[in-house]
Amino acid sequence: MSQALVESRPRRTAMRAGSAFLTTHPRTRLALLLAAPLFWLVVVYIVALALLLVTAFWSVDSFTGVITTEFTLDNIIEVVTGSLYQTVTLRTLGVALAVTLIDVVLALPIAFYMAKVASPRMQRVLVILVLTPLWASYLVKAYAWRSVLSQDGILEWLLAPFGGHTPGYGLPATIITLSYLWLPYVILPIYAGLERVPDSLLEASGDLGGKTWPTLRLVVFPLILPAIIAGTIFSFALSLGDYITVNIVGGTNQMLGNLVYTNVGAANNLPLASAIALIPIVIIFGYLFLVRRTGALDNL
Amino acid sequence: MTDSQPAIRLTGLTKEFGAVTAVDHVDLEIAAGEFFSMLGPSGSGKTTVLRLIAGFEQPTAGTIELFGEDVTRRAPFDRDVNTVFQDYALFPHMSVLENVAYGLRVRGIGRRERTQRARAALASVRLEQMGDRKPSQLSGGQRQRVALARATVVQPKVLLLDEPLGALDLKLREQMQVELKQIQRDLGITFIFVTHDQEEALTLSDRIAVFNDGRIQQLGTPADLYEQPGSRFVAGFVGTSNLFDDARSQALLGRGGEHSVRPEKLAVSAEREVGDGVASAPGTVVEVIYLGSGIRIVVDLDAGLRVTALAQNDRRRLRAGDRGDRVFVSWHEADVVALAPAPPAVAGEEADAAASVA
Repeated sequence: MSQALVESRPRRTAMRAGSAFLTTHPRTRLALLLAAPLFWLVVVYIVALALLLVTAFWSVDSFTGVITTEFTLDNIIEVVTGSLYQTVTLRTLGVALAVTLIDVVLALPIAFYMAKVASPRMQRVLVILVLTPLWASYLVKAYAWRSVLSQDGILEWLLAPFGGHTPGYGLPATIITLSYLWLPYVILPIYAGLERVPDSLLEASGDLGGKTWPTLRLVVFPLILPAIIAGTIFSFALSLGDYITVNIVGGTNQMLGNLVYTNVGAANNLPLASAIALIPIVIIFGYLFLVRRTGALDNL
Repeated sequence: MTDSQPAIRLTGLTKEFGAVTAVDHVDLEIAAGEFFSMLGPSGSGKTTVLRLIAGFEQPTAGTIELFGEDVTRRAPFDRDVNTVFQDYALFPHMSVLENVAYGLRVRGIGRRERTQRARAALASVRLEQMGDRKPSQLSGGQRQRVALARATVVQPKVLLLDEPLGALDLKLREQMQVELKQIQRDLGITFIFVTHDQEEALTLSDRIAVFNDGRIQQLGTPADLYEQPGSRFVAGFVGTSNLFDDARSQALLGRGGEHSVRPEKLAVSAEREVGDGVASAPGTVVEVIYLGSGIRIVVDLDAGLRVTALAQNDRRRLRAGDRGDRVFVSWHEADVVALAPAPPAVAGEEADAAASVA
């Protein structure tokens, strides 16, 4: 009988010894778990960001095109005071705000239908449908909109009988296209937020005499506000950094991303490009600071 | 004028969810000021009836009248009934006071008045100190009372309670039962109480409707249901019963049909008991269970039936016997209740339900 007991014990292998060591050394375990992602974060993410910040305070010798690593505020001053940069910053901000507003207005009813009205089966279908555009390439979708919005495109064909016209290429086209591109990123957090609101709260509101609008305003909206803000962070930040869509459907308009692009490429002025790139970063940090108190960051 | 009207009248009320009939032609009248319970196992349709009265569901057929007025097609916010939800459904982003004032707020009552009335309602459930807290900072029993204050502050004609004590532990539940009864008496409004707990229903109600398979099995006062269960299902679901089927009834009672006897109506003794209208049968003790206030004795009768007797744990009690002892089980003829024959389609299910209720 004792023989049987001994045999039923697992054999000691190197793997088992290693596991036993890790079980009793939680710090080693944690270090092994996080070593790779931490290395990636520090090297690729933080170092790149820090370099960007530092480069903004260097300058380029306009004669030789070589970067001088001497501290100067010239780039920052030029970006803050130059009328070109001010105009483009305001334009970019306007586009980002418009895109965010349109996306929230479109996403709210869709998310509400998905979370509170549709059957469970329909709900799954809709989530997949919302995600489907994300499987297609960004460029393909932007060019698809270029074709839709062109002078002999489908939009013109649809609107012409009613006396309407396609907006053509320009800022409205940019706003429409960006709204389309970022809509899934706004729908999904709002949908998730609505999912977390129990149906009984809506019933309780109706039961207590609250009609549809008071129920939405006093119960649903305050509860999903953090989720809405989480969604707007996506659409706002993604719009601020975009420069491809505006190139494809924006006509001659430029956004901050285009200025960065031309300064890196054509003008070969990396320090100035870095200084311009700091503008959206500062705006986003300002936005995040404003919404931090609403608890929206817990919803990301 | 309205006093003569029933608070609620349901006529032919039916609700189908796809192929499932949750509520099947229910006719019911509930008097004004009554504490009425709907009792049944889960899936028996009791909660659906409550949700139909509240207006959260639309019936497939039938009508709902509230004090003589047809409200069948009205939205929940147009009905003078309010609900206390099973999960309380308090608004988590509002303070307790704002929760209670919500019904007044959406009715357009001014801030000063609604705060005053909400405070009074909170005081009536002894939570006047808790107005500024968030619901998440309250205990289960306190949330329950907030839900009650929120539903009653708008002075409904009928209050619907959906298993409101289900989430509370035993002690708190017993305490809340007393409070509920008091609040109902103070407010004088009709309470419709849904529960699967037969003891709770017996304790609180003026009348009880026992639901099974979307139908009312029996309607009556707690004493009616307990003393005179009309069917095998009710005998098994409301309290515990010893069921005598047709053959055993023939052997032990000398007549056919199904019968039921409550455990506390059975006496266990070493000697055969004699007396007017007393019958007895010999058997062997298989289990003796000490319950504190009582003693449960399980006996296998020689006639081939296992019965449970409940003896008081008092000074008069003789030693009830040990396992294997030969005893006599005796009962009064008046305590034997004849049951209506069960519908054959659901007989097996009912037997299961009867067996599982201890």
